[in-house]
Amino acid sequence: MTTTAEDVAAFATPADVAARLEAVGYLSDPSIATVAFLADRLGKPILVEGPAGVGKTELAKAIASAKGARLLRLQCYEGLDEAKALYEWNYAKQLLRIHADASSPRRWEATHDDIFSAEYLLSRPLLDAITTEAATVLLIDEVDKVDFEFEALLLEVLSDFQVTVPEMGTVTAVRRPYVVLTSNDTRELSEALKRRCLYLHMDYPDLERERAIVLARVPEVADALADQLVGIVRSLRRLELKKAPSISETLDWARTLLELGYDGIDEGVVRATITVLLKHQSDVERALAHLGAGGTHR
Amino acid sequence: MQARVGELARALRGSGLPVAISNHLDALRATAAVDLLDRRALREALAATLTSSAAHRPAFDTLFDLYFPARSGGGDDPAPAPRDVAEFLAELVARILAGDETRVGAIAREAVSSYGRVESRDGTAAYFVYRVFRDINLAGLLRRLLDAAPPADDPLAQRIARDRIELLLRRFREEVEAEVRRRQAEAVGPERAARMLARPPPSEVDFFTVTAEEQAQMRRAVGPLARRLASRLALRRRRAADGRLDARSTMRRAVSTGGVPLDPVFRAKRTHRPELVVLCDVSGSVAAFARFTLLFCHALQGQFSRVRSFAFIDDIDEVTRLFADGDVGEAMARLSAEATLVRLDGHSDYGHALQAFVRRYGDAVTPRSTVLVLGDARNNYRAANADALRALRERARHLYWLNPEPSAHWGTGDSIAPDYARHCDAMLECRNLAQLSAFIEGLARPHR
Repeated sequence: MTTTAEDVAAFATPADVAARLEAVGYLSDPSIATVAFLADRLGKPILVEGPAGVGKTELAKAIASAKGARLLRLQCYEGLDEAKALYEWNYAKQLLRIHADASSPRRWEATHDDIFSAEYLLSRPLLDAITTEAATVLLIDEVDKVDFEFEALLLEVLSDFQVTVPEMGTVTAVRRPYVVLTSNDTRELSEALKRRCLYLHMDYPDLERERAIVLARVPEVADALADQLVGIVRSLRRLELKKAPSISETLDWARTLLELGYDGIDEGVVRATITVLLKHQSDVERALAHLGAGGTHR
Repeated sequence: MQARVGELARALRGSGLPVAISNHLDALRATAAVDLLDRRALREALAATLTSSAAHRPAFDTLFDLYFPARSGGGDDPAPAPRDVAEFLAELVARILAGDETRVGAIAREAVSSYGRVESRDGTAAYFVYRVFRDINLAGLLRRLLDAAPPADDPLAQRIARDRIELLLRRFREEVEAEVRRRQAEAVGPERAARMLARPPPSEVDFFTVTAEEQAQMRRAVGPLARRLASRLALRRRRAADGRLDARSTMRRAVSTGGVPLDPVFRAKRTHRPELVVLCDVSGSVAAFARFTLLFCHALQGQFSRVRSFAFIDDIDEVTRLFADGDVGEAMARLSAEATLVRLDGHSDYGHALQAFVRRYGDAVTPRSTVLVLGDARNNYRAANADALRALRERARHLYWLNPEPSAHWGTGDSIAPDYARHCDAMLECRNLAQLSAFIEGLARPHR
């Protein structure tokens, strides 16, 4: 296998990670940068947990582009099984081959050996990630949605980076992929799976970082507006809401305000545009009560 | 260095975190990979390898500060001439108003060395959080900051400023506490300091002994649990195939195997949405537990399309509507005002409550509903009426009882838990969040 200088470019230090992620438009923080660096250095998967919309999936994409690696994505859902995640035999093609051979004098053993070879194997993301020779980032998204059985399969793949196909033998990784698992915490993952991963909890960003994200992604926003915007979003996240505003909703709000030509936020503006941030009527009511109540306390 | 990591790992285990040998080894490899002078990177590296849940993070941070203090030595630094409190406060206010959030830590450290110090007779110094806040009145500080905050005619700006200031003051308080812990650790050694601080992680805290802070953490933890319960119940429903062959799908699938039906398809059970009926004891004897169960009810109503909640003491009333919208605290306040829960004397009467439930709300339980009873089954020596419970079970799909008492106490005194347990699919001890989530996870696995 040949490797070029760029595509192996391993992360040198956490600061290097932060700089390279920023270069591809992802603003990290020390905790993200350190864990991303360690994952590279120790060759362990990262398990990212946190509320929806804080940029877990984005992180994997950013790492892939920062490393110049290919991104393979496995979206998890309930009922996901080996056939869809790992590999499946191409039955139709095997049948065709059997039919084709039926008229020729070939021996069954020869056919049998042929139809259980790589040519008839449909490779799915997990097997792809292991067999590919190029640098790869494997994103296993929303791993909390899979069943216990599938988690056990992941254990084998993630600890040894090898897969056993009974008819062919064991396939071992040519090159370890960089693995990112994300979880929305809808269920507790098994201790065994957690132990194999570096744990990263991502929360909503602090004021400074969110402001920087807004300015980076929506550069037309004036500094003062960005200040106000992230201040209000932070206040809202302190409330008990059904769904707190995520980063992407903050960005949507910034774009909305720009589009409508506001350069400052007052109560009227909030009232008119808050549905961009909050998606439940009860949340909207609570938020408005909270934001309007400031004047009555004295 | 390696020894320190080992000590930290041991201390983490001591406070109830699951730290396996492999975690420990990873932590050692991680510390070898990062720049040890970069304390932030070291902290994150150890956190990534030694913790495996956001709930572990506060305990980790506390212990990390003890074992890897920011500045070493200098335990006996002479008390700097304490500045005048007024002058100090003025500077604190100015810093916070200027939005200088990064300096909060430095100010907190100064506050501790200036005002937290207590000289003992033998000349050694100790530091206490209460001393600091005797001189620095946080409530007064908040008022002062608010007065200096933006113009009063803009309620929105004021609310934002207020939220920001409250957050900063909380940070300030936490920094002061951390600094006092650091100095303590310096004085008595990290191990003793860690033992003094040991407190079980939130998931293991008994419902009856929670502090206000832990209660807030539980509140946050309950939401995901309710979501899990919803998905667990849905999962069980989906897994159950009902055994009848789906000829059409089998034929279609057989096409890919040359017409041989290798892979028969069975008809899935008709899916219907899970229904939940929750009965909770809210009497005084289980007050702390009741607060939690009501929280849980509230969270459940957010997850299940059809939940009906009932509260009882010696009489039972439906409280679903109280939880229908918004605020939990408000709902609890309305509970005592609007629901009729007491018939006689306000002591639990399970027998009567169950009987009344069957009589009045029996229709709520159908073969599709799962019934959850939350209570300690301490009946004050009144009639058990276990038949009412049996009737419920016969009608319901499942009936589970979550009991906040240790199972060793069941059946002692006026507890009639065993009488009821016979008529439940299961009666489970549920004293903390860990047990509750074990119950929920257990629902996914087919039992019996």
